[in-house]
Amino acid sequence: MMSKLFAAISNLGARGTDAIWRGGSMARFFFLVLSQSGMSFRRFHLTIREIFFSGVMSLVIIMVSGLFIGMVLGLQGFETLQTYGAEEQMGVLVALSLVRELGPVVTALLFASRAGSAITAEIGLMKATEQLKAMDMMAVDPIARVVAPRFWAGVVSMPLLAALFSAMGIFGGYLVAMILVGIDSGVFWSNMQDAVDFRYDIMNGVVKSIVFGIAISVIATFEGFDAEPTAEGVSRATTRTVVTSALTVLALDLMLTGFMLRPV
Amino acid sequence: MSSPPLPSAAEQPLVEIENVDFSYGKRAILKGISLTVRRRKVVAIMGGSGCGKTTLLRLIGGQLLASKGVVRVLGENVGALDREGMYQVRRKMGMLFQFGALFTDISVFDNIAFQLREHTELPEEMIHDLVLMKLNAVGLRGTAKLFPSELSGGMARRVALARTVVLDPTLIMYDEPFAGLDPISLAVVGQSIRKLNDSLGATSIIVTHDVQESLQIVDYLYFVADGKIVGQGTPDEIRASTEPYIKQFVHAEMDGPVPFHYPARDYADDLNLNSCAAKVAL
Repeated sequence: MMSKLFAAISNLGARGTDAIWRGGSMARFFFLVLSQSGMSFRRFHLTIREIFFSGVMSLVIIMVSGLFIGMVLGLQGFETLQTYGAEEQMGVLVALSLVRELGPVVTALLFASRAGSAITAEIGLMKATEQLKAMDMMAVDPIARVVAPRFWAGVVSMPLLAALFSAMGIFGGYLVAMILVGIDSGVFWSNMQDAVDFRYDIMNGVVKSIVFGIAISVIATFEGFDAEPTAEGVSRATTRTVVTSALTVLALDLMLTGFMLRPV
Repeated sequence: MSSPPLPSAAEQPLVEIENVDFSYGKRAILKGISLTVRRRKVVAIMGGSGCGKTTLLRLIGGQLLASKGVVRVLGENVGALDREGMYQVRRKMGMLFQFGALFTDISVFDNIAFQLREHTELPEEMIHDLVLMKLNAVGLRGTAKLFPSELSGGMARRVALARTVVLDPTLIMYDEPFAGLDPISLAVVGQSIRKLNDSLGATSIIVTHDVQESLQIVDYLYFVADGKIVGQGTPDEIRASTEPYIKQFVHAEMDGPVPFHYPARDYADDLNLNSCAAKVAL
């Protein structure tokens, strides 16, 4: 009985230390990537290529999701606002929900699933097939040549995708307001423009999306680089990327929202 | 009395390994290995799977560091070099990986051009010509526009060979270059290794367990077993050797110093025959 208890406690301790080690390794990896980022900017076409794979290839899922979420927000919001006779504020509700919160967070979750997992799988498979070792033997640093361009591509793509998501969402809300509810187009847009503040609403959303972009890119590249070089190892690393990114994005969102609250 | 003259650069060994130990954790892989590779020679390091021969190659390439002893490549002590110093040495090396390790996201042409674009400022027209010349040397000029996934195993190995020698390296290392090849591809790869070595004036180290192919193309062989050098010699000396391990390896004998059976309990005990016999006796 006692031995089982000890085993359970030591198992818990081992998991804890393992998690701390991984956190430390990821932080070191992050600084290593930053220090080896020169090539990503000197030879910007390498980063552009990765922006295409991470950003452009994610456009469809981001834009369609944004449109639907905006439409759903419009419908749900209308039902509640109607109770108070404030349905003309629908544009405000849709826009604020999207630019402050849903835009960055949902885009980050979708980006982690679509692009983050692909980055991990690609780097992991390059490791499993000795491509990274081959590159290192050719005196080309894999961190500078493979990891850094993918990292910066993620950091650049995330805020742009989040902006597109919010824009599509607002357009979705507008469609619902115009076609289903019959709110006047001028009222929808002017109320929105009055209520949405550039500094507190839009810029805070942009800051959030940049932070999420950095977090997802570090997690995705680290998990790929650290993956066990087997089929099973790569599959586990891909799963870890999606789970860790989702939890990290939600935790960071809570912290950032706390910091960004407007003083009353 | 005058001291003997120092050997000239051409006579100095290209790779010297002196009394090297290496272990993964507590598992000792190499135990006090010493070997020398002379310039312009093709040398094979042979031994069974898991004997530590690939580890030896990684030590020479600086991907692993010896826990004891000295690995000297091109006159540099690999263990004492920093990353930049190691990269300077690696620019004079080429390494062919076991399964080619071609970059799967770019074409055959771009794979060969990779190092030229990374390490030189050559104009694209010249890179184009150099790449096609290297591909022509391995008979695969026609595959330039294909992707690695469209090549057979043997073709991928030859493309990787062309990529390995694109910068005309001084030292070329091959990790199991013959593994999994059909007889034709095997002969083509074997002959290409010899011809490239001689035409480039390079030095080659081949890690392999393919005895017959190696005996035809190499100048010298080392046999590694249980982390130690157990035999060495020219192909003729190896063929004539009566040393039990070399004899077993070269003639592919099932039993010998390398036993057929993995260590286990007594066979009769494992089948419970002794206990049954005891019961019958009672």
